[in-house]
Amino acid sequence: MTAARRRDRGVDPIPWWLIALGALVALYFILPTLIVIPLSFSSASAFEFPPKDFSLRWYENFFTDPVWLTSLGNSFLVAVLAALIATVVGTAAAVGLNRLTGRLAGFLRTLLMISMVTPAIVVAVAVYISFLQWHLTGSLLGYVLAHAALGVPFVLVSVTAALGGFDATLLRASASLGASPLRSFVRVTMPLISRGVITGAVFAFVTSFDEVVIALFLRSPTFQTLPVQMYNSVTFELDPTISASSSLVVVAVTIIFLVPLLIGSRKKTR
Amino acid sequence: MTISSKESATAPPASPSSPTAPRQGTQIRLSGVTKDYGLAAPAVDAVSLTIQPGEFMTLLGPSGSGKTTTLNLIAGFETLTSGTIALDGADVGTLPPHKRNLGMLFQNYALFPHMTVAQNVAYPLRERRVPKAEIARRVAEVLELVQLPGRDQNYPAQLSGGQQQRVALARAIVFDPAALLLDEPLGALDRNLRGALQMEIRRIHREVGSTFVFVTHDQEEAMNLSDRIALFNSGHIEQVGTPEELYRRPDTLFTARFLGDSNVFDLGGSPVGAKASWEDSTWTIDPATIAGHPGVRSHGAVVVRPEDVQISRDLQTVPAGANAVRATVRDLEYMGSYRTVMLDVGQARQLGRARIDALDAAFAVGDEVTAWWKPERQRVVAV
Repeated sequence: MTAARRRDRGVDPIPWWLIALGALVALYFILPTLIVIPLSFSSASAFEFPPKDFSLRWYENFFTDPVWLTSLGNSFLVAVLAALIATVVGTAAAVGLNRLTGRLAGFLRTLLMISMVTPAIVVAVAVYISFLQWHLTGSLLGYVLAHAALGVPFVLVSVTAALGGFDATLLRASASLGASPLRSFVRVTMPLISRGVITGAVFAFVTSFDEVVIALFLRSPTFQTLPVQMYNSVTFELDPTISASSSLVVVAVTIIFLVPLLIGSRKKTR
Repeated sequence: MTISSKESATAPPASPSSPTAPRQGTQIRLSGVTKDYGLAAPAVDAVSLTIQPGEFMTLLGPSGSGKTTTLNLIAGFETLTSGTIALDGADVGTLPPHKRNLGMLFQNYALFPHMTVAQNVAYPLRERRVPKAEIARRVAEVLELVQLPGRDQNYPAQLSGGQQQRVALARAIVFDPAALLLDEPLGALDRNLRGALQMEIRRIHREVGSTFVFVTHDQEEAMNLSDRIALFNSGHIEQVGTPEELYRRPDTLFTARFLGDSNVFDLGGSPVGAKASWEDSTWTIDPATIAGHPGVRSHGAVVVRPEDVQISRDLQTVPAGANAVRATVRDLEYMGSYRTVMLDVGQARQLGRARIDALDAAFAVGDEVTAWWKPERQRVVAV
């Protein structure tokens, strides 16, 4: 079936060595992540690979320990709220910048992207110092604000890409048919850039969900996220529960990343 | 140039194509409409034009002449620098496009790709909160009108270019707009489809009877479709009139050259009276053929259409009273239904054209001939 599709597209067959090379690169990326999954099913109380026998005790540990569960809930809450804010801000910025031209647009775009290239530790220290003054450290709001700022560039990039294929004449057509600019945005622009928006939202969510540097600075005894708890458990306790939690994170993130892909293929088959 | 003074002189025809129009359209009046982008010259310079209710008015002109900008000003996509635009006397010059109630057709169709044909056509009705049952009825009705029934559940990408433009047309007229603005809607279609859709647009104009404002750079299309044509040239209107008026009675050399082929004899500064001389020929001038344009008096040109030019081998066969000029046959083009004789005319050997019968094979390249025409068939225009 794939061969037939390739013929349809008029693409030459792929040589075997290219497939082999591709597989090697894929393994190099995936293997370290995959090792953690068998580890999580080990019964030993220290890390050992390959695991000698199978058990679910670390999962049991994870799901019964309130410390782990609370930090998982915190992480989820922070990521959802941060992604929400980043998506709204990033989409608005992308749509606005798309209509601007010239130097100002370039300058604003660079400004909004700057957190992507700034070293995480620099951002973290800056956030920590300012949040100390504003009493936002250790609070849900503080985490959400800091993580939303990290997510904006991802949304900006993906929505800008989606807008690249958007025909502005459609907005004129919509206006001529009696739709106000806001209605046109809701009924024409949004549906056509929705894939970019969803992709951006997923990236923003995942960025927040596995963010550890800022989270370490902002943590407090009353509020910490899952990555911070995982860091603690490795550095202070060497607790194999971390392998269970890691496996859960890997699976969750993979599923979340598949969401835009699934939406895309559903559209195509329709 | 303001043409409002001229308009009273050449009253628009009572829309000959719509004798049984069910509804009168809207009058569109432009006065002193100007759009200045701050470049060397304004894109649209003090254009005044009254488009009558139910009229099919074409804004014709070369690219960059201001015709599309004028249409966008009417639609509200561009803001006026100065001047007013009124629909049935109500000033709409400052209204945003979505409040002007004007339908628009675009060259690239501009259908919403994420909506079916039915959803596209229902879009303006939904924006106007028309009840669901009535939406369904009117969508079916208008798809019938554009002869596209049974495709309402298709997406635009599943339709051909011609079908997509029919959907766009249905969408643009389903909400009974005050007028329909058409921005080169046939530009992206191939020749055959273009002809078919021209007929469609003419039929739909007849049936709905509303005002149509059509922009094109294609003079043939303009002549085929329009009740009247406003010919644009570098930001102003050169001439307004029926296709026949513009073709037979051009006021300026620009009009004469833009519509159809012309033989042009530039009279330089020599005066135009009962006689005019060009090189060593002296011609009779019928006063009725002199354009009313003030420029004619200072600098005129005699324009003759190729189909009005006859050629003869010897002077004896040229009838008395005809205006004649010596010429040499440069080339012959067989066009199927007629033959075009390309001529080197006069001492300047300027290019001339005569259209003769396709079966007339009496001439060969290099022949010395006399080209002649009746004085009432020429036109004296301003250069």
